Amino acid sequence: MASIWEYANPKKFIQTTDRLLPWMSVLAAVTLVVGLIWGFFFTPDDFRQGSTVKIIYLHVPAALMAINAWLMMLVASLVWIIRRHHVSALAARAAAPVGAVMTVIALATGAIWGQPMWGTWWAWDPRLTSFLILFLFYLGYMALWAAIENDDTAADLTSVLCLVGSVFALLSRYAVNFWNQGLHQGASLSVAPGERISMVYKLPLYVSMTGFALLFIALVFLRTQTEIRGRRMRALLARERMG
Amino acid sequence: MKALLVRDIRLAVRAGGGFGLGLAFFLIVVVLVPFGVGPDNGVLAVIAPGILWVGALLSCLLSLDRIFALDWEDGSLDLLATAPLPMETLVTLKAVAHWLSTGVPLVLASPLFALLLSLPAAGYGPLALSLALGTPALSVIGTFGAALTVGLKRGGLLLSLLVLPLYMPTLIFGAEVARRGAQGLEFGVPLAMLAGITFGTIALLPFASAAVLRVNLR
Amino acid sequence: MMPDLGKYADAVLSSYAVSIALLVALVAFSVIRARKVRAQLDDVEQRSRRNG
Repeated sequence: MASIWEYANPKKFIQTTDRLLPWMSVLAAVTLVVGLIWGFFFTPDDFRQGSTVKIIYLHVPAALMAINAWLMMLVASLVWIIRRHHVSALAARAAAPVGAVMTVIALATGAIWGQPMWGTWWAWDPRLTSFLILFLFYLGYMALWAAIENDDTAADLTSVLCLVGSVFALLSRYAVNFWNQGLHQGASLSVAPGERISMVYKLPLYVSMTGFALLFIALVFLRTQTEIRGRRMRALLARERMG
Repeated sequence: MKALLVRDIRLAVRAGGGFGLGLAFFLIVVVLVPFGVGPDNGVLAVIAPGILWVGALLSCLLSLDRIFALDWEDGSLDLLATAPLPMETLVTLKAVAHWLSTGVPLVLASPLFALLLSLPAAGYGPLALSLALGTPALSVIGTFGAALTVGLKRGGLLLSLLVLPLYMPTLIFGAEVARRGAQGLEFGVPLAMLAGITFGTIALLPFASAAVLRVNLR
Repeated sequence: MMPDLGKYADAVLSSYAVSIALLVALVAFSVIRARKVRAQLDDVEQRSRRNG
């Protein structure tokens, strides 16, 4: 098998993703639709939460992808810092808005769900607060990318910001826990005994989690292609102006 | 090294250096709060620790863009970068100068402002202690933000957006120390956390700031 | 066939509406921008081939 670093070549990346993208998009759409329809139409109501459990098929996958998108950006930033592959830096840039939207979905569905369950739209619950902080980090990261003209400088600075931000996001996570014990239940899918959700809810949840993940990958492929093309175009235009 | 530190502080203290500005800003925040929430001393006493911490944080933020901006404009930053001084040392010195010119005055003035917000007597010590321990972290983190945005023409707003989320852990533990102190509770745990954050950032963040500054000076 | 959502119908429906709207907007925005940049790049590339 060829080395994974071959895909660091922008041309190769575009070729490969061009071939994968239609399949990925269809697959993502199908899983997402199946998962959400299954969750929405064919799951029973919870005996305590009523029909609001149906929100879980949006809330949990979005929250999962919000965190995973940041982790992906962290890995991509590290790859850029260590091996200086442009595709990696651009992929991190491409992922940020997707992660930010996932964070917004998680926050919005959380607020809508919190209204009937906890009696309030917003509580300064540790997990909600952490997600708000994560959203602020996404905003800062995207703003820094947008503010700097030189692509390489921007890639360097945002990578360092991503690393430092990760450490501080983690710190904030625990600081917030210390600051206020929350209303949230424990992790929804943990193996620990105690309050767990049954298979009836879990299967569609897994499907829609896969759907969100596939959608994220497809979007990152597409947006990375766009970033690569945009970068190439800027380079060509600069050469035109020179000559 | 010492010369650079003295020079930075002298620049900050001199008229127009923004030395008094931070303190004046802090004073205005403290004066505005009672107008916003009403003159009830009981209410003020409850929110005083939080207000004082947020005020300190904002007035610290106010002077951040000056850390590198002046040196960047007149080109002395390039000179400093080629000097035998390691970039990490330079960044640390800048942070120390910023702390001495904004953090220390805030700590010294905090009892006065606490008085205006009728903080309970038990809270004065913890408040000053938490500010003394927390403001170095604010300066070091702020230096990182300033290094990130040094070359940008309108970096001020972006700087706040980048730095404020990074301030969150410091604020949480610092305000917690002040709050528990004011209520006469035991505040050892948040104090230890605050100290941990401060020393951790002082130890590690200058490397990130120096790396970022090198990129910006490229 | 619409499932009976009971008294929480508003919450469930609005959260689905909000999320799906956001996802669709994100996808649409990405696709439109991808098309635009692709067309622009083709333009520039053709021009540079002609000239250079």
